[in-house]
Amino acid sequence: MKALALALLLLPLAALAHKPSDSYLHLDRAGTGFTGRWDVALRDLEEVLVLDADGDGAITWGEVRARQADVAGYALARLKLSSDGAPCPLTSAAALRVVRHSDGAYAVVDFTAACAAVPRALDVDYALLFDRDPQHRGIVRVGSDGAGEPLVLSATRHTARVSLEGLSPWRRFGQMVHSGVEHIWDGVDHLLFLLALLLPSVLRRDRETGRLVPVADFGAAVRDVVKVVSAFTLAHSLTLSAASLGWVSLPSRWVESAIAASVIVAALNNVFPWMDRTRWLAAFALGLLHGFGFASVLADLELPAGSLAVTLLGFNVGVELGQLACVAVFLPVAYLLRATPVYRRALLVGGSALIALVACAWFVERAFGVGVSFT
Amino acid sequence: MRSSFLPSRGVSRATLGLTLAVSLVLGGCGQSPAAERVPFTPATDDAVLAQVPATATDAKARERAALRRALGARADQLDLALRLARLDIEEGRASGDPRSLGHAQAALAPWWDAATPPPGVRLLRATILQGRHEFPAALADLDALVRESPEDAQAWLTRAVVLGVRGEHAEATRSCAALAPLAGSLAGAVCQAQVLSLAGRSRDAYARLSAAMARGAHGRGEEAWALSTLAEAAARSGDTERAAKLYARVLAMDPGDAYTRAAYADLLLELDRPRDVIALVKDHGEDDNQLLRRVLAEVALGSPEAPALVAELASRYAASHLRGDALHAREEARFALHVEKDTAKALRLAQANWEVQHEPWDARILLEAALAHRTPDAAAPVLRFLEASGADDPGPLALAERVRKASR
Repeated sequence: MKALALALLLLPLAALAHKPSDSYLHLDRAGTGFTGRWDVALRDLEEVLVLDADGDGAITWGEVRARQADVAGYALARLKLSSDGAPCPLTSAAALRVVRHSDGAYAVVDFTAACAAVPRALDVDYALLFDRDPQHRGIVRVGSDGAGEPLVLSATRHTARVSLEGLSPWRRFGQMVHSGVEHIWDGVDHLLFLLALLLPSVLRRDRETGRLVPVADFGAAVRDVVKVVSAFTLAHSLTLSAASLGWVSLPSRWVESAIAASVIVAALNNVFPWMDRTRWLAAFALGLLHGFGFASVLADLELPAGSLAVTLLGFNVGVELGQLACVAVFLPVAYLLRATPVYRRALLVGGSALIALVACAWFVERAFGVGVSFT
Repeated sequence: MRSSFLPSRGVSRATLGLTLAVSLVLGGCGQSPAAERVPFTPATDDAVLAQVPATATDAKARERAALRRALGARADQLDLALRLARLDIEEGRASGDPRSLGHAQAALAPWWDAATPPPGVRLLRATILQGRHEFPAALADLDALVRESPEDAQAWLTRAVVLGVRGEHAEATRSCAALAPLAGSLAGAVCQAQVLSLAGRSRDAYARLSAAMARGAHGRGEEAWALSTLAEAAARSGDTERAAKLYARVLAMDPGDAYTRAAYADLLLELDRPRDVIALVKDHGEDDNQLLRRVLAEVALGSPEAPALVAELASRYAASHLRGDALHAREEARFALHVEKDTAKALRLAQANWEVQHEPWDARILLEAALAHRTPDAAAPVLRFLEASGADDPGPLALAERVRKASR
């Protein structure tokens, strides 16, 4: 008994290094109410609902699925939303899903809240799990720009009033457009890929000599650029949507490495050409990869399913606008320079070789985790 | 030009092939485990989503459930509440999950906020607070306990441990002295050796503890505790070979000892044996501290796994900041310094950590961060502390010397 008593006091100082219990609640404006997504740890739900029906220590999807009504019911009974004193009743909105956070699997409860009138301020009263674990926290975000500090609700501070100024769906669309533009301009790898595919657009291959010659008119160059950019856009929109809706998921290291590889392929094609008028096909094929890269940005926002459509559209529009701005600068300059040896030697071949080199470094860095610094 | 020999039909076939290849690879990878936080519907009912205590085979888990039901009917049954809180704390130590400390607190809810709760509650409250690194609050309870019931061995021991972590070595030693007549001479000796080693006098600690251990038989739990203390003293005094053997022995006795596992991993990192570190901790990745050691080893090796693990640990630290915790500033400072190479952040974290605790690692990370950030004066409090403790462990002394040279 003595040893046991001593042992009890020894380790807690250093050993409890798991993440404590948190839930993630995300509310977004929709119509006269809200859509919500609530991520609750399965380990926490096990404590209150005993999901592990056979008691074998492993919670399976079958066990969770059988109890999905209980899960949604338990959670939604412990959240009260109201506006101007009038309650906004909650209704479960979709079948239960699962998401992985850094510390394990969470149940995803999607719901809607219907308010009597368009709310100006939102009152949140959060009561999940405090009776079971007073150290539980509710991490609450309202709005979908992902910026700003979330509310952290606790047993002692479990209510909050949130101003809804500037949280209309239109404003959200605008924010997502902005975020799309930002992302494409920060994403040097996407831009270099596009640039590598567009560099040959102002040239064409002469049938008889097989040499590259300047295109005769601006229209021909524009047509080629439109083909390539549209193919790229279509492809990455497809995979961005598929990934954001949870239909397809890829490990991010794989995606990031493959994106680097795609830049190498596109750039090397200008040094050792093997596709010419079919570059739009390459733009499509490799564009599929880039969509997965964009998706990680949206995943970080942890949006309710109900607000995904507007968000996706806005983000895509933003990415396209960002791309178009770059093309609008690139094309006239390239067109003017197209007949010069500088363009064909230095820019097309030299520039592409440089892009390929940079992308090789990215690839090594991303695929093998070797640090390569450019600064 | 080479390209002129390529027939154009072959070219478009190559591009088509590329499209096909990418689509096939994407399709084939559709079910691969994703690190991304995108909700999904698992493909099969058999998919295992989480591991929890197995109520079918775990008698303790069933007992906890029964006690919780009984307390659910009436919460103010002191004996049941104490029993449940104790079981929850034990579960927390075994699993490393701080939720268990929250469950224990919930069991003690009727008395938790009382100024003078029953002694049993006060002891468990202090233990829970200590586990959350709320040291001043824990000490207030422990001081009151040893005043009210000076025969409580646990209170003296916990008090010694907390004071030792805070760097109040003299007062910790007095607590250990009170422990010996109550809990046995070995317990007293281990307690004293821990404090001595924390104060940086590990060679002395090692000699005294091994002498005490030679003086008679003791239980298995006590033995593991003593050996783990001995191992740490050996490591700190620079006797790495002996330390490695002792750590391995303790872990063989108790594979669930997360503290010793992390300390052993640190020793192996020191000895430049990253592959052994990975083998030691890779099955314990749900524990942030073990994951940190894994990350340090993978980064040292430059392995392909490194970036994903770095990202995972960073996201755990981010999640912990989101809820407002700064519980693991020491570990995060090491992450910032050695992985993110952000010396300013490392220094800030190490300084914040030094405010809370004064163990050898706390001193070391502040010395290292101050050196790396080229602001050696930021480590002045550590230099004063080491001098006052009379430390002669080689590690901190060498670092302190470098800091002194740098600030000249």
